[in-house]
Amino acid sequence: MEPYKHIQSAHCENGVATGLLQHHGLEFMTEPLMFGLGSGIFYIHIPFLMVNGGPAISYRSMPGWIFSRASKLLGIKVNRKKFNSEKEAFEYLNKQIQLGNPVGCQVGVYNLPYFPTEYRFHFNAHNIVVYGKENGNYLVSDPVMETVTTLTEEDMRKVRFAKGPLEPKGHVYYPENVKQVSKEQIQKAISKAIKRTSFDMLNIPGPIAGVDGIHYTANQIRKWRSKLGPRKAALYVGQIVRMQEEIGTGGGGFRFLYAAFLEQAHGYIPNDELLRLSDEFTKAGDMWRASAINMGRIFKGRLNEQKDFEESADRLDEIAEVERQAFKDLRKLKLL
Amino acid sequence: MKKEDVPQDPSALVGVTRDVCYVKDKNGKYTTDLSIGWDVKKQALDNAWDDIKERVAEAALKVKNGETSPVFYFMEVKLMDVTLLAGYTGFWKFTVKRHFNPEVFKNLSGEKMAIYAKAFDISAEELKNFKG
Repeated sequence: MEPYKHIQSAHCENGVATGLLQHHGLEFMTEPLMFGLGSGIFYIHIPFLMVNGGPAISYRSMPGWIFSRASKLLGIKVNRKKFNSEKEAFEYLNKQIQLGNPVGCQVGVYNLPYFPTEYRFHFNAHNIVVYGKENGNYLVSDPVMETVTTLTEEDMRKVRFAKGPLEPKGHVYYPENVKQVSKEQIQKAISKAIKRTSFDMLNIPGPIAGVDGIHYTANQIRKWRSKLGPRKAALYVGQIVRMQEEIGTGGGGFRFLYAAFLEQAHGYIPNDELLRLSDEFTKAGDMWRASAINMGRIFKGRLNEQKDFEESADRLDEIAEVERQAFKDLRKLKLL
Repeated sequence: MKKEDVPQDPSALVGVTRDVCYVKDKNGKYTTDLSIGWDVKKQALDNAWDDIKERVAEAALKVKNGETSPVFYFMEVKLMDVTLLAGYTGFWKFTVKRHFNPEVFKNLSGEKMAIYAKAFDISAEELKNFKG
């Protein structure tokens, strides 16, 4: 088999999944296609849960789901292993490397030495590809990096057995018995994935997930200043933006990625509605960015009146409605 | 976002990597571009770090005043919380909280001290001798 080809992506899980499938001969795979087929776009605001002392918001589906969902739609099996023993985890990884099989590894970023210090929080759902070992160091393709890198055995032990929420437990995964995928299969997968995504964004019960979740955050923002005081409220708003625009990812960024997916979907299914809706998601992405700039004025301390929080909340309400309409139109599409 | 609007504000990424952005080219087609950072994002991250630095300084002062133990201080330094520290040490959460008490901390066994030192990636001496 060819050596593993490093690819850089906007989001780590997309990058690893795309790279591994390309490596197994599916050259048509791209990051937007993976993200779209995996129903990666999402929104959830988990009440009562705190992340780094702020609100817990995610702009994407659960870690691991993108690859799993996309593979299932394409009829590909993903082999996944987690370990209780570090020794077994390393024997397994070393064996795969010896077999010349590049694997995806879930890691914590706190101890990733090549990451900028400012980004090294205890976040455990980062993904890298390990594709070899040289002079005792693991050869690593991290999709947020521009080039390949390496990790010592000790670094690797720390990141694969990081503790806390979403513990990796040495999680290793790779696609198995990958067969060629026909154009019809891809068309079918696109159609199903779009339905799935629309369902997740529109129909999950409760107020915290999908487009309802965006309204939920807006309503929380309106309460923060009187409940938490101006300083803490500003920090919380900062956290929304930080979660939105993390290294190599982002709420706005994910909307652009979904727009790119719809554009590529049009290449497989020439229904012009896909292009129009792609533009709607570009618009949503631009609105998320404008909202981040607006929130920036709050956490930079330039504005901190109740009306400034109200304005940020109003903007989120507007975004939610643009996305609601776009997903409704997507759900109605007869693609096949 | 259009290609010409990709922000290029120097950030913590400089010298390490650049962010991939999905943007529209001049024909209205999606393509990718690389960004060295965005001020809004940088500011949000800087704020979070200012907050951390403040918490660390407060923790140091508390150790100095005998109100808490170095375990609490290094937990803050390493961006941990009680749950995470319990995960790394294998102690129960209430045990960890008990070890925040300077009197209890003083009498910790060498073995327990070593477990904390390992979790914090520092030497046992550094942990024991931190005075705030």
